[in-house]
Amino acid sequence: MSKKALDILAGKAGDAILETASYLGDEMALVQRAHILEVLGLCKTDPDLDFAMLSDLTVVDWLGTEPRFEVVYILYSLQHKHRLRLKVAVPEDDAVIDSACSLWMSANWAEREAWDLYGITFRGHPDLRRILMYDEFVGHPLRKDYPQNGRQPLIRRPDATPTDDLTQRLLETSHDRRVR
Amino acid sequence: MQSDNPGYVPTTLQTAVNWAQKFSLFTYPFATACCAMEFMSIMGSRYDISRFGAEFPRFSPRQADLLLIVGTITERQAPVLRRVYDQMIDPKWVLAFGVCASTGGFYQNYTVTPGADQIVPVDVYVPGCPPRPEQFLDGLMALQRKIQDHRGHAQIELGNTAMISMKDRRRLPIHQDGTSMGLSKEERMPRNGKVR
Repeated sequence: MSKKALDILAGKAGDAILETASYLGDEMALVQRAHILEVLGLCKTDPDLDFAMLSDLTVVDWLGTEPRFEVVYILYSLQHKHRLRLKVAVPEDDAVIDSACSLWMSANWAEREAWDLYGITFRGHPDLRRILMYDEFVGHPLRKDYPQNGRQPLIRRPDATPTDDLTQRLLETSHDRRVR
Repeated sequence: MQSDNPGYVPTTLQTAVNWAQKFSLFTYPFATACCAMEFMSIMGSRYDISRFGAEFPRFSPRQADLLLIVGTITERQAPVLRRVYDQMIDPKWVLAFGVCASTGGFYQNYTVTPGADQIVPVDVYVPGCPPRPEQFLDGLMALQRKIQDHRGHAQIELGNTAMISMKDRRRLPIHQDGTSMGLSKEERMPRNGKVR
């Protein structure tokens, strides 16, 4: 469906694109991390591509593989009606990537969410703080190694029964005085 | 009526006060999730909780005496719920509407509080996802029996509520410096409106 757009991008971006794939009308391009901002800028400004809309920005956690994270940009062109997915591999020990806020305003909250839930740092983001979880929360809960029941309560009744061992452990090690 | 609590218990007066209170519950619907849709039909004319004297929702906790927790309580929202409960005037009751408010429901994960009773004392639990209106009315009648028998959490804590004068009752739940009743000073919510 968007094969043409993918071919145009592959022709213009050159070495920045490591790999392309096309499956059932779904076009994907794997981009070098160092060049992601210029590839995104090309996608937005090039008149043949013209991706005016950043539909979504999300992260995949491939726990156990290297590099661990994959940042996914889903772009949509309002004029040409084509879509494209750009992926960037990000290693765990250096989970930093350039922010796309200078290109799309919608990247602001999407990148805050990605940082909140996966711990990917976006370099150049104007206001990178938590958006879904509360400020006192420790860790990034959508990482696959975060325990599913790892509650970090802000408040509990003094006589409330702990619901499981993990809650009890988190209560004891919590930095928040109000939960004790 | 004297302002201090006397040594004797006027049981007949207490029974009359409980009878009056159980038929004049002012509700505060703390509606956070899809159960609120079902709650609307209970408020409506077909099921009509005004038959039980509880038709008047007050959207200020200071004017309510029945807190209806209608929906999922997340960990992030828990301090807000506690603050709303602390602002209510004694004697007060709490009804958990639906499985999410009762136990966390199927949200067994890091975001959702496993039951609102971790935050505030709950008098009646109404199960269901969402509960049928008949279930809620059953729970409301159970709460009325509980009020009449003087078995509510707040009633047990306060003891003889009939002999607390209006002057003392206004003073009861709110401290001079903040909003909370049941929490120690460092656990109380700050007054500037921020919950943390």
